[in-house]
Amino acid sequence: MNLNPKNFSWLHLLLLILLGLGCQRSKAGITVAGSTSVEPFAELLAEEYMSQHPGSRIYVQGGGSTAGIEAAITHAANIGMSSRNLIDDEKKLYAVTIARDAIAVIVHPMNPIQNLSLDQIRDIFSGKIKNWKALGGPNHPIDVVTREEGSGTRESFQKFVMRKEDISLGALVQDSNGAVRQVIATDPNAIGYISLGLVNDEVKALKLSGVEPNLINVYDGRYTLVRPFLFVSDGEPVGEAKSFSDFVLSPPAQKLLLKEGLVPVLQKLD
Amino acid sequence: MKEKIIEKVLLLIALSSVFILGLITLFIFEEGLPLMLKIGLKAFLFGQKWIPSKGLFGIFPMIVSSFWVTFGALVLGIPLGLACTIFLSELIPPSIGTLFRPAIQLLAAIPSVIYGFWGLIVLVPLIRNYLGGPGMSILAGSLVLSFMILPTIITISGDSLKTLPPSYKAGSLALGATHWQTIWRVLIPAARSGIVASIILGMGRAIGETMAMIMILGNAVKMPTSFLDSARTLTTNIGIEMGYAAGDHRQALFATGIVLFFIIMALNTLAIFLSRRRVR
Repeated sequence: MNLNPKNFSWLHLLLLILLGLGCQRSKAGITVAGSTSVEPFAELLAEEYMSQHPGSRIYVQGGGSTAGIEAAITHAANIGMSSRNLIDDEKKLYAVTIARDAIAVIVHPMNPIQNLSLDQIRDIFSGKIKNWKALGGPNHPIDVVTREEGSGTRESFQKFVMRKEDISLGALVQDSNGAVRQVIATDPNAIGYISLGLVNDEVKALKLSGVEPNLINVYDGRYTLVRPFLFVSDGEPVGEAKSFSDFVLSPPAQKLLLKEGLVPVLQKLD
Repeated sequence: MKEKIIEKVLLLIALSSVFILGLITLFIFEEGLPLMLKIGLKAFLFGQKWIPSKGLFGIFPMIVSSFWVTFGALVLGIPLGLACTIFLSELIPPSIGTLFRPAIQLLAAIPSVIYGFWGLIVLVPLIRNYLGGPGMSILAGSLVLSFMILPTIITISGDSLKTLPPSYKAGSLALGATHWQTIWRVLIPAARSGIVASIILGMGRAIGETMAMIMILGNAVKMPTSFLDSARTLTTNIGIEMGYAAGDHRQALFATGIVLFFIIMALNTLAIFLSRRRVR
C-alpha cells in the first residue's frame, strides 16, 4: 500500500460523497411495494408527487400483491400495493381503494366470437368446453391462457368468474399481462384475460353477456369483472406516507389514473 | 513472505466460493425440506396435481416434463453435435476450423432469453400452423435446447478427440484403414468416455435451462401426453411462480429446487466419473 497524497485526496472525496448520499437517503423517503399490476401506476403517481414535493423520495417496488401485503404487515414497506381484495387476517390492515381496474377477457382479433357469458367463460377455463365450435366459432380446439398461481389478476379472475371451479391444469400459464397478450395476439385459437388498461388493437376484448368492457360501463357498474387497486398499511398511514396517499386520492392524481385506463374512485372529476 | 501472503489470499478466495456453494445448499434445504416432510416425500414427488392455492404440491408431471424435454433435446442435439465435432476436428483444414470454432463457442454466449424469443417468434407459430396444438410445446422446447447444448457437446467431445495419442490415427491409417474407418472405428471409440461426459454435461445444461423454457413451453401443469403438448419443467416452475409465492407455496418452490439439485448433482457426478475413466 502506498498512500501518497494524491490517492488520499481521492479517497477522501469518495468517502465524503458516500457520506452525503447516506445522509440524503435517511432524510426522507418511503417505500411502496407490492402488486406488479399497480406498480406502473404507482410509479407514475410517485413521479408526479416528487415533482410537486422536491426533497421527498418515494421508492416503488414490485413483488406481487401477497408480498406487498406481507411487507405492509412487517413494516418492510410503508405502503403495500394489492390488486386483489384482502382475505382473512389481512383484513385487520388499513386499506384504501385508490382506483378500480377491469379485467378484460381477450381473444385474437380474427376470432368471430364477440360475446360470451360468465358461465361460458367459466366452462372454457375449467376445460368443459374444449372447442370453439361449441360456441358457434370455427372447429378448432381452444388454447386457454391463464396467469400463474399467486397472481392478483388470477385470484380476482378465480373469484369473479371461476368461483368454486378450478382453472384447467392443461391451460397455458404466462407470468405477466404482457406475456398473455403476446400469446393471444399470435394464436388465433387462444383466449385469456388481462387488465383492461393494457388491451390494445393486437387483441380483441370480448363483451360480457352483451356488456362491452369500457370505462363507462365499469364506472356505472354494468361491467362486473372489476377489482380494486388497494394501498394497505398497518394502521392509518402517517407523515410522508399519509401525504402521498392523500395525493393519490386527490382529483389531479385520479384524473391521471383515468387517463391511464383505470377507473377513478372519486365521484366528481368535473 | 510475500508469496505466502498471496498464497493465503488465493486460498481464502477459493474457500469462499466453496463456502458460498455450501451456504446456498444449506439455504435451499432449510427453506424447502420442511414442506417436503410436511406433505410427505411421496405425495410431493409422485403427486399428479400442482394447485398451490389448494395446498396440492405434486411435481411428478414436472419431473416427467423435465426429462421429456431434455430427452428430445438430446435426440436432436447428439447427432448434430457429434457430426459437428468430427467435421471440425478431422475433416476440415485447420485454417477454416479456427473460423468455425469461435462461431460455435459464440452459441454459448447468446443469452438464453434470446433463444427463447427466437423460439417464440419463429418456432412456435410454425409448429402451431403445421403440426397443430398451441405451438408452445415440448417439441419447441426440445428444438431450442438442442441448439443450446451444442457448444457443450462440441467443445468437450472435441477436446477429448484432440487429446488422443496421434499414434492411434497413424497406426490405423498405416494398417490400410480409410480416413472414415479410422474416425468411426478407432477415434470415436477411443474418445468414448469424453464424448459421453460431454453429452451428460449437455443434459445438465438442458435440465437447468429456465428463461428460454418459460417463454416457449407454455407452462401448463398437467402431465404431457404428446410432443405437441405444453409442459412445465422443474426450473420453469420455480421461475414462473417465485415472484408471487408466499408461505407453503414458496417453500414448495424451494423443495422443487432440492429435487433439481439432486438431479444435477447426479448428472455431474456421472460426468466426472466417466471422464476420469479415460485417464486409466
